[in-house]
Amino acid sequence: MSSVAYKQADYKSDVKPIWCPGCGDYHVLMSFGRAFAQLGLPPEQIAVISGIGCSSRIPAYTNCYGFHGVHGRSLALAAGLKVTRPDLTVVVASGDGDGYSIGGNHFLHACRRNIDMTYVVMDNHIYGMTKGQPSPTTEPEFDTALSPGGTRVRPFHPLVVALASGANFIARCFSGDPNQTADVLAEAIKHPGFSFIEILSPCVTFRPDEKAWKDQVHPAPVTETSDQGKAARRLMTDDGFNIGILYRGTRTPYQPAAGATNIDLSELEKDFEL
Amino acid sequence: MAASRSISIAIIGSGGAGALTTVDSLLETAAAAGWQGLFTRTMGPQIRGGEAAGLLRLAVDPVESLPDRFDLMIGIDWLNAHRFGAEIKAGNQTLVISDPRGGDLPPMVTQSGARVVEIAMKEMAKAIPDGRPNMIALGIAGRLLGFTVEQAFAPIAKRLADKGPAAIEASLAGIKVGFGAAAGIDFGVQLAAPKPSKVRRWLLSGNEATALGAIRGGIRFAAAYPITPATEILEWLAPNLTKVGGTLLQAEDELAAINMIIGASYGGTPALTATSGPGLSLMIEALGLATSAEIPIVVVDVMRGGPSTGIPTKSEQGDLNIAIYGMHGDAPHLVLAPQSVGDCVFTTQWATYLAEALQAPAIILSDQFMGQSRAAIERPADVAFIGARSIASEISGPYMRHAMTANGVSPMAIPGTRGGQYTADGLTHSERATPTSGAADHLAQLDKRRDKLDRFNFGDHWASVEGAGDLAVITWGSLTGAAREAIALAAADGIDARMVAPRLLAPVLPERMAAALAGVKRILVVEQTHGGQFNKFLRAHYDLPAPVRVFNRPGPLPITAGEIHRAIAVWR
Repeated sequence: MSSVAYKQADYKSDVKPIWCPGCGDYHVLMSFGRAFAQLGLPPEQIAVISGIGCSSRIPAYTNCYGFHGVHGRSLALAAGLKVTRPDLTVVVASGDGDGYSIGGNHFLHACRRNIDMTYVVMDNHIYGMTKGQPSPTTEPEFDTALSPGGTRVRPFHPLVVALASGANFIARCFSGDPNQTADVLAEAIKHPGFSFIEILSPCVTFRPDEKAWKDQVHPAPVTETSDQGKAARRLMTDDGFNIGILYRGTRTPYQPAAGATNIDLSELEKDFEL
Repeated sequence: MAASRSISIAIIGSGGAGALTTVDSLLETAAAAGWQGLFTRTMGPQIRGGEAAGLLRLAVDPVESLPDRFDLMIGIDWLNAHRFGAEIKAGNQTLVISDPRGGDLPPMVTQSGARVVEIAMKEMAKAIPDGRPNMIALGIAGRLLGFTVEQAFAPIAKRLADKGPAAIEASLAGIKVGFGAAAGIDFGVQLAAPKPSKVRRWLLSGNEATALGAIRGGIRFAAAYPITPATEILEWLAPNLTKVGGTLLQAEDELAAINMIIGASYGGTPALTATSGPGLSLMIEALGLATSAEIPIVVVDVMRGGPSTGIPTKSEQGDLNIAIYGMHGDAPHLVLAPQSVGDCVFTTQWATYLAEALQAPAIILSDQFMGQSRAAIERPADVAFIGARSIASEISGPYMRHAMTANGVSPMAIPGTRGGQYTADGLTHSERATPTSGAADHLAQLDKRRDKLDRFNFGDHWASVEGAGDLAVITWGSLTGAAREAIALAAADGIDARMVAPRLLAPVLPERMAAALAGVKRILVVEQTHGGQFNKFLRAHYDLPAPVRVFNRPGPLPITAGEIHRAIAVWR
């Protein structure tokens, strides 16, 4: 922990967000700064990694190191970074399209691999950047140009999938409460292994109905658990608006052992010598 | 008996019969005795029970290609041998050893006029407790090649060291029986004595050579998704990267593998992945990202027959187009091709150096023929190409990740460096790395990424340019050895030909090519593709100063020196 005291503003860049006025992601950005300041992390020791979508724009709005990569692959990119640079704090930012649709397979394997990083998915149940198509978390009856009359497809349940796949920390936050989100984010970063936070972050442009989320969210009426069975029941019967830390596991994070670095490379040639 | 500078042997059997082990150990025996050699495996897709053949060429001089016809062919059994079709050719000078109970002789033997000698290898093996017919075959081949029982047995003894005395005893007994069975056979050819070598000698596959070259060049992270015929690169790196302080991570798919290496390299660790055509197809989007964000990475494509799943176990050069043109947008990057098993060490090391120096992705086009062949060679020389990227360490003022510089390369801040924070981006960006959709920044960064490659001095390693004849053979990759041999054969007919084999395929170097082709009267392009991809590539990027003919055909049959020789002979 650094001896320098950091403020939320120290983590903000001078790049102006492209987000719509009222977008939930502004508050997530604020929570990032608060959590990092709370932990006293030097900005240059943090890497914020993302894919494509509105939420994935967040790295450039921080004053941390960032990577705005291709659609859906942020977790893989972050895995390569973290195993080679375990000294860095790695936070991955994604959305429901980027993280659960195109990036769905990487989500499973990131949970399973349990590398020490924090995965934040800003879920607004819609593709915002492409102007309102249904995502894996969109309600079946929600009408869009691409799905007239609704998708009639059951939404994806990211928290259950995370638990089943081996995530070591599972929480849900609401972007409209940046203080609580910052506290949970700080806990997630501190917790060893793969931490997953689903942040309900309304899209005011294509889902104006989500403005009502602020009245629907409520603190989860449960205490934290490290019991997977209990967590499974809790998440399967969840109403989608329980806010808080829902599971805190005890798995040992994956970090490949680093070998010596001063080896004479001719050692490796011995396999080949006649 | 005539002393030949080169002898070739094919041992054939059903998958699991041990044909490949037999040939591999013959190569080891010959290599230990001082000969050069190349062992190519050819097989069907089945893990067990398919067809398998080990093709071995031993010689006094370096061997980089297969012969037109084999001098000795041993069929442990012929059950699936017909599937090889024209792949393994016998001639009327070929000696074929056949087990009378090994099934019908395949057409490649019956139609060749080859001399066939029957030896009941299965019966002989049955008489030995735990005996195996492939050890009988090894004894036969060992005797015909002029080795002693001890020489033929040594590699097997090493292999079976941990299998216990019974297995070792059974193998030795089998080899001895094989020696006895071959006693009365006049092979008619004898390998000329090996040249004494002052250089240490190695026995390794192209895939192993590639992996070693990667570590020599500075690679310290690899992401791995298994795919035939590239997996051995990753399997060699897994333990050996750890020995040098590096890390290997198994990815869930090729999309993850390529993004993992981008992440590792962004963090300052030189990184590589290895794949084949289907995997490269999946990696293309992220290769564009690495180009745009100027992240050095190395991707090895061990080419196999395509398109789609194609022929996973056999060779072709059909990934040239995707390697050069696969990315959307204008995306200058490096494409290199090693020219032999030994050159896999150099080319991979050089590619790593270039990727790091130019902060650009490098695609290496190896192929199944080179990657999965094992060769006895002289140890490749140490070269000074160690990846070292330009790093921004002392940063004052706003950090310009993509700053315009004289050579087009901008010092890169590594995460952890105070004041160097920036967001790497696949979006069009400014010098500061900030996303923009403005025309000026777009053009400036496109120019920068092109110019940094164009302004670099690649030196003489860009190609193998040999000879000065009127006829130029232009080829690439694993065909280089066959082309070199074909030119030597043509020289014996009085045809003076030169060879130009680019090791660096992208960026193109028109001035270098013009110098290499100065004065030519005829050009023969040689490639292993169906569509003539290399010829079209050459014509798009180079002014070829003389009439051109193309000798191209797809895999899976390796293109031999004899075929190229004939194509040279008719082009006068």
